[in-house]
Amino acid sequence: MNLLDLSGTLLLIAFIAYLLAILLFGGAIRHKQRDVSTSNKHWGNAAMVVTIIGFISNVLYFITRWIYAEHAPVSNMFEFATAFGMFIVGAFLIMYWMYRLATLGIVALSIAVLLIAFASMFPSDVTPLIPALKSYWLTIHVITTVIGEAILAMSAVAGLVYLLKTVSFKKPSKERFWLEVVMYSLVVVIGFVVVTAIFSSMHYDAEFSYIDTEQQQVEIAYNTPPLFGMHESRALTPERMQPLMDMPASINAKKLTTVVWSFIVGTILYGLLRLFCRKPLAQVVQPLVKQTNITLMDEIGYRAVLIGFPVFTLGALVFAMIWAQEAWTRFWAWDPKEVWALITWLFYAAFLHLRLSKGWEGKKSAWLAVIGFAIIMFNFVAVNLIIAGLHSYAE
Amino acid sequence: MKKIVCACSYENPEGTQLCAQCGRPLTKEDEEKKVVDMRYDGTAIRSKTYKTSFIDRIWNFFSSVKVGVSLIVITLVLAAIGTFLPQIMFVSVPPGMETIDVYEEKYGFFGKAYYVLGFSNIYASWWFQTIVGMLAVSIIIASLDRGIPLYKALKHQRVRRHASFMKRQRLVSETVEDEKQAAETFELAEQTLKSMRYHVKREQGALLAEKGRFSRFGPYINHVGLIIFISGVMLRLMPGFYVDESLWVREGETTAIPGVEGYYIKNNQFILETYDEKDLKGQDSERVEQAINTRAKNYQTDVTLYKEDGTPLAGDTADLQKIGQYSIQVNKPLKYDGFALYQTDFKQDELKTMTFDLVNKTSKKSLGQITIDLRNPKKEYVINKQTKVALQKYYPDFTEFKDGEPQTASSIPNNPAFIFKMITPEQPKGETSFVAIRQTLEPFGETTYKMKFQSVETRDASNLTVRKDKTLPILLVGGIIFMIGVTMGSYWSHRRIWLQRTEDGRVLLAAHTNKNWFSMKKDVSEVCTSAHLTDYHDQLEEREKQ
Amino acid sequence: MQRKRKRLFIRSIILAVLVAAISYTVYVTATGGSKKVVKEGDQAPNFVLTDLNGKKHQLSDYKGRGVLLNFWGTWCPPCKKEMPALNEAYKAFEDKGVQVISINIAQSDFEVRDFVSSYGLDFPMTIDQTKSVMRAYNVDQLPATFLIDSKGKIKRILTYGITEKEFKQYMESIQP
Repeated sequence: MNLLDLSGTLLLIAFIAYLLAILLFGGAIRHKQRDVSTSNKHWGNAAMVVTIIGFISNVLYFITRWIYAEHAPVSNMFEFATAFGMFIVGAFLIMYWMYRLATLGIVALSIAVLLIAFASMFPSDVTPLIPALKSYWLTIHVITTVIGEAILAMSAVAGLVYLLKTVSFKKPSKERFWLEVVMYSLVVVIGFVVVTAIFSSMHYDAEFSYIDTEQQQVEIAYNTPPLFGMHESRALTPERMQPLMDMPASINAKKLTTVVWSFIVGTILYGLLRLFCRKPLAQVVQPLVKQTNITLMDEIGYRAVLIGFPVFTLGALVFAMIWAQEAWTRFWAWDPKEVWALITWLFYAAFLHLRLSKGWEGKKSAWLAVIGFAIIMFNFVAVNLIIAGLHSYAE
Repeated sequence: MKKIVCACSYENPEGTQLCAQCGRPLTKEDEEKKVVDMRYDGTAIRSKTYKTSFIDRIWNFFSSVKVGVSLIVITLVLAAIGTFLPQIMFVSVPPGMETIDVYEEKYGFFGKAYYVLGFSNIYASWWFQTIVGMLAVSIIIASLDRGIPLYKALKHQRVRRHASFMKRQRLVSETVEDEKQAAETFELAEQTLKSMRYHVKREQGALLAEKGRFSRFGPYINHVGLIIFISGVMLRLMPGFYVDESLWVREGETTAIPGVEGYYIKNNQFILETYDEKDLKGQDSERVEQAINTRAKNYQTDVTLYKEDGTPLAGDTADLQKIGQYSIQVNKPLKYDGFALYQTDFKQDELKTMTFDLVNKTSKKSLGQITIDLRNPKKEYVINKQTKVALQKYYPDFTEFKDGEPQTASSIPNNPAFIFKMITPEQPKGETSFVAIRQTLEPFGETTYKMKFQSVETRDASNLTVRKDKTLPILLVGGIIFMIGVTMGSYWSHRRIWLQRTEDGRVLLAAHTNKNWFSMKKDVSEVCTSAHLTDYHDQLEEREKQ
Repeated sequence: MQRKRKRLFIRSIILAVLVAAISYTVYVTATGGSKKVVKEGDQAPNFVLTDLNGKKHQLSDYKGRGVLLNFWGTWCPPCKKEMPALNEAYKAFEDKGVQVISINIAQSDFEVRDFVSSYGLDFPMTIDQTKSVMRAYNVDQLPATFLIDSKGKIKRILTYGITEKEFKQYMESIQP
């Protein structure tokens, strides 16, 4: 067994541990007493032990892969998403150490599990770095940024808990609707994982040739049945499904197909869950957060932003500029990924000003935290996959 | 100027919410609140004080946080719009085509509209820059308006506050104690607070413990950092602060570095390395295999840097001093004397020399070879006494004949063409031949000999970006100040605990922090226990629960 | 009242400074950046180049005379076209205190000599091998003609093919 296989096994152990910890945390909350610091010992402690084991295994995955690859494992979609999941668990551990709140664990670990599952849908082999990415500043920049984003994500976790507790499900409202949209989008991520896993286990592969924006004929391989064809596509693999329609050259129909498949499967899953539970998903999970102290949750959300914002600034802007000055000859190039980092930063700056000077606390603050996380995820997923730039990990 | 006179007879400026002297709420609104707003310690925000002249009105506009946040949001939205389609600088426009047509061809009507609306070059547009500029103005004015009064208020704090101030704090406690008990309580509280590293001030029957006041100034310090950063960016636009040039240099050639006077660079070698099997460590996946011998591992130009001795004089290369040899790689620029050279692009296999064989067409016998340096051809190539080749015309980048005259498109030997005069023992007067790649013409009749193409030598050319940015230190200082400020403001909190004995025999405790109430409560709890006071209650949480 | 006036004064000054800074920024970006360029009216950068006959030409040595600099290359059709005109103008003004220096951009000795002899050019012909003179004058487009007066100031920069008549008029304008 080489180091790479070992690191894969460690990641799997971490993944299973996190899943187990979610269940244990569920138990801890259910048995919870009123007092915050003396929560149900058995379940809570067990959950924490399992989480810590998972986290250690996760860190070992990171280290072994780093040693094997000889560069920090944050250079492609798989590596970046797993690192993000790992640091979210790390951020949760810090918050737990500060506040001893199990409710955070359930949401934080669920997000980490989803991220790792999402990551494993991308190729996990170690590819050598192109010259532009070979720089220790890049390592510092990416790792600091992910840590910052993970801490900021904790504010969304707290915000989500806050909203689940405070939003009323008795009558329809905008809040109720949007909270359900958040739940639905989590199910769509599961949909993506399910659809990718199914077709890759079937070794689905259909090749097409098409005309790209430069008027060149190129080939592309689909790993899911093609709903949309590339610009003027022609099938190269016989006996495979034909695309329902072709897309213009500026749209990557392969990625569009994957996205649409994720939504289809996600929506079916969501529908089944609704049928099974007979109420909105947000309402289903609400009992888990019943005992939460919302003032404390509001404070945690705010503190997470306060702790994460400087780290994010340092990683995503300061170190990024230093690296860009070395690699791209200028510290700022208006590359889409860079712009979205600035947008994220401006958003959290607005968050802090609204909170400090306009008194946006409680629900408003919680919603902003959730939106902030959505922006981070957009930058991470959409900008990488859709808007190709200097930063794009997609190949 | 109107003044508000408090019950304690202190005169506060208009707009004050809490009396600076005793802390009594001064407005009806504040009086009705159970927990007062302590954001700026109840001082009057300056801009809200005057509303007279035009200048004041502009000032007040920029002082408003609402305006500031709106400007942040507008900047954010515009920045996002700019990422919908690639910006002009990332779009390559083929010669003879208009940018707008490129957008339309690639992205259809949406692309055209995007271009027409100016979104395709949004970050350089005057409106985007104006918005960012307004944001900078807002940062400056809002900070001045809030920072100065806050500083004054915190500096001149009174130890004893009015009971109405105390009872409107979020954390409060009230205990009935006689004078002796109270004295003991104050002693114990002071000890406990000091052990928790609070600064304690005491007056007759009152105590103020304070910790981390500096964190209140974090936001103003980070704003100063931001302003320094933004001014650095603006300063770049002044001539002389910023150089952005690029140069092409072929292997073996020396060229002046544009934008930096008196420096020259020689390209010794360009190196392109790709990954081989060894680098991939035996992973067997298709994706990894694809990288073998195709994925670049290293782009590098080995150069020698020269500087002209004395005052730089263009064209004077007689007294170049060698400074050193360097390897410029992607991510490893050559930095010297405030400028930097970056590996940006390369061109491989440009023709360097061409070798021809002078061959008799019928006997196929060769009289000898000549090698032409394409960057510096000679007039005559002598093979022996009776045999030589005279170069009559040279066209490094031959395109076509125009009026019988061969044309060259550039000075780069992309498609060299020659007119040779071949002098041989058989033809001592010489025969003329036009030779280009895959093309030979004999304008003055059939020749006995021909110049038969033999081989070429090639070389590479490197494209280097020249960058000089004198504002970098300013930006760095701005960035560091920003980080210090934002860290101060985020990782520390300003905690205050007031203690006082009222005339009717109660000991009142009140506590305030600007964030992290969780830890504040622990502190207060410890004080209450050690000083034998009734445990505190959280008025905000109580209100939530009702 | 006095405090109020002082405050108004300070505020006006701060606002004025900020508005000026922002307007400058917007103006500079709108007009195409801050590149340091050689403009008409500037002092002409000094240089030294050796002509095909081995004679050194240093710009500062021609103080008191007008100088016409002509940057060119053999691949540039308008450059070729204006050469005979420049030669005629050169002959007319050689004794009237106007010096012509022609600067080829980094081509080979062979090409330039061949060109000079086939066009029968009489004025000094130099080759800027390292492109340092070209870069000092920010030449990015050929042909480029610089008219420098007797005080060493750039009077005109022309970036198109010029006729003999025009050459003569321009030379007259820099005649000492």
